Amino acid sequence: MSAPSTRMAPEPVPLAPTRIAARRRAHPSRTYAPLAFISVAVVLFALFFVWPGALGLIYSFSDYRGVGDVNFIGVENYTELFADEEFYQSLGRTFIYTALSVPAHYVVALGIAMLLASSLAKGKTSARVIFFLPWLISPIVAGVIWRWLFGESFGVVNFLIRELGGEGLRWQTDATLALILILIVGTWGSTAFNMLLFIAAIRNVPKSYLEAAEIDGANAWVRFRRIQLPLLAPTSFMVILLTTIGSMKEFAMIQALNAGGPGTQNRLIVQYIYQTGFERADIGYASAASMVLMVILIVIAVIQMRFQDSRRDLS
Amino acid sequence: MKNLRGFPSTVILWVLAAAYIFPTAWFVLSSFKPGFELFSLPLTLFPEDWTVSGYATAWDRFDFQKYFLNTTIVAVVTTVLTVFVSAMTGYAFAKYKAWWLKVFFICILATTMLPTEVIMPSSFIVVRDLGMYDTLAGIIVPSIITATGIFMFRQYFSTVPDELMEAARIDGVGEFGLFLRIMLPLAKPIAVVLAIFSFQWRWNDYIWPLLILRDPDRYTLQVALRSIVGADNIDWSVLLSASVISLIPMVVLFAIFQRQIMSADISSGLKD
Repeated sequence: MSAPSTRMAPEPVPLAPTRIAARRRAHPSRTYAPLAFISVAVVLFALFFVWPGALGLIYSFSDYRGVGDVNFIGVENYTELFADEEFYQSLGRTFIYTALSVPAHYVVALGIAMLLASSLAKGKTSARVIFFLPWLISPIVAGVIWRWLFGESFGVVNFLIRELGGEGLRWQTDATLALILILIVGTWGSTAFNMLLFIAAIRNVPKSYLEAAEIDGANAWVRFRRIQLPLLAPTSFMVILLTTIGSMKEFAMIQALNAGGPGTQNRLIVQYIYQTGFERADIGYASAASMVLMVILIVIAVIQMRFQDSRRDLS
Repeated sequence: MKNLRGFPSTVILWVLAAAYIFPTAWFVLSSFKPGFELFSLPLTLFPEDWTVSGYATAWDRFDFQKYFLNTTIVAVVTTVLTVFVSAMTGYAFAKYKAWWLKVFFICILATTMLPTEVIMPSSFIVVRDLGMYDTLAGIIVPSIITATGIFMFRQYFSTVPDELMEAARIDGVGEFGLFLRIMLPLAKPIAVVLAIFSFQWRWNDYIWPLLILRDPDRYTLQVALRSIVGADNIDWSVLLSASVISLIPMVVLFAIFQRQIMSADISSGLKD
């Protein structure tokens, strides 16, 4: 009971803080207005990020199945998880996919953006619309479109290969080819957004730098390598970070393309969490997998930020 | 001379463009083939018999009106709320100073690194315990806050001079009137861009509707489409047409707002 009075007591003693407090009191709305402005976002953030995060951590130590009581079973989920070959397989496949898709998405989007921003090529406006179209297409429909194209017996790609005298490739039943297909579809779908980021950044590179370098005899490759690429570093960082996170959580497109097949060989980690959590109704176990994935994502984000910071220090 | 120099770039550009458009073109053209022609060899790019029978079947067998209505409700309501909440939050971040604003800013930044897919089992329980399981609200409410939207508005409002605010305050405009009557109308270009993006995100959303909706009457288009793909024997004739129909609203939206979308400097919002 005495706590409030002790906290109140020192207030009138020093002169300066009182004056600041008085000045602030003259505009109480300036303190409360921003609080009101962010209030909705704070509530939603607490409800849909903090609460699920905390709940996930709690569930990961329980055998909760979505109904009934939450029974705590210690670290059993984690010991089981770290011995679960299916978990390692999904996680490993996700890492392979991410390691391949980040460079692929980056190089393709940057290359197309350079072509579209260069003054040499013809028909850039229409080409830009074509490259942008996949952005309109949902991951589910994108998966369907490419499944139709790469069907083993009925797809036009295998049809063309056979017409040219080859043998149809096993796009659905060979795990490696299926992963390559996922990679192609992912790149095709993500080019639009990354390309827009790059085009905006390329336009911001001062023309005078490039002209000066040209006068000094630098060829196109040297100008790109020494001037444009370093100036694009912040955008590159953004694209790489977003692509990494996007690839780690790839789900919808694969569902429609081949459902992680053949078998479970291309089941990525989010699909693994989905299946254990919702098809096997093992919320506790799936939450443990979620927590591991969350730690991995935090580590990746921190490493990439560090890398970005150290590069900034160097330059 | 200039034409010759541009020749290789033009060729590379258009070969790539052809590769990008081919899957969609092949898909759309196939949807106009009659069922028997879909699998008959040799395959041809253009249908020999143009027909819309696939569309008729898809429209009959598939409750499109319902799925369109559900998806439109979700996309429009979420978009309106997203734009408004992002504007308020971004404005507070740009124009007020307090330690708790900085803390909350970092929280919002963290949401970009930790998407909800990662914690979906517990997110699902939260939505269920809030009584929003199997309702459209269960998809709308959790999707309202997006870091991208908040950053876009923050970036924009920080370029508005403080003098404008001071002048309004001297004229006796309150903090909320200042935001609603002066700042929000100023930010209309950003609101349009975010609205387009938000509409696209929600129209194409899959994972939340999949988790939250049980009753097929409340399915959104993407979940409904997935139910055809997930069948043991895919009815390609229906699937092709149904997928093409689902694309129409986005194509129309793009045709209307092409200029805003293509010139959108989304990077300004994302980079911070």
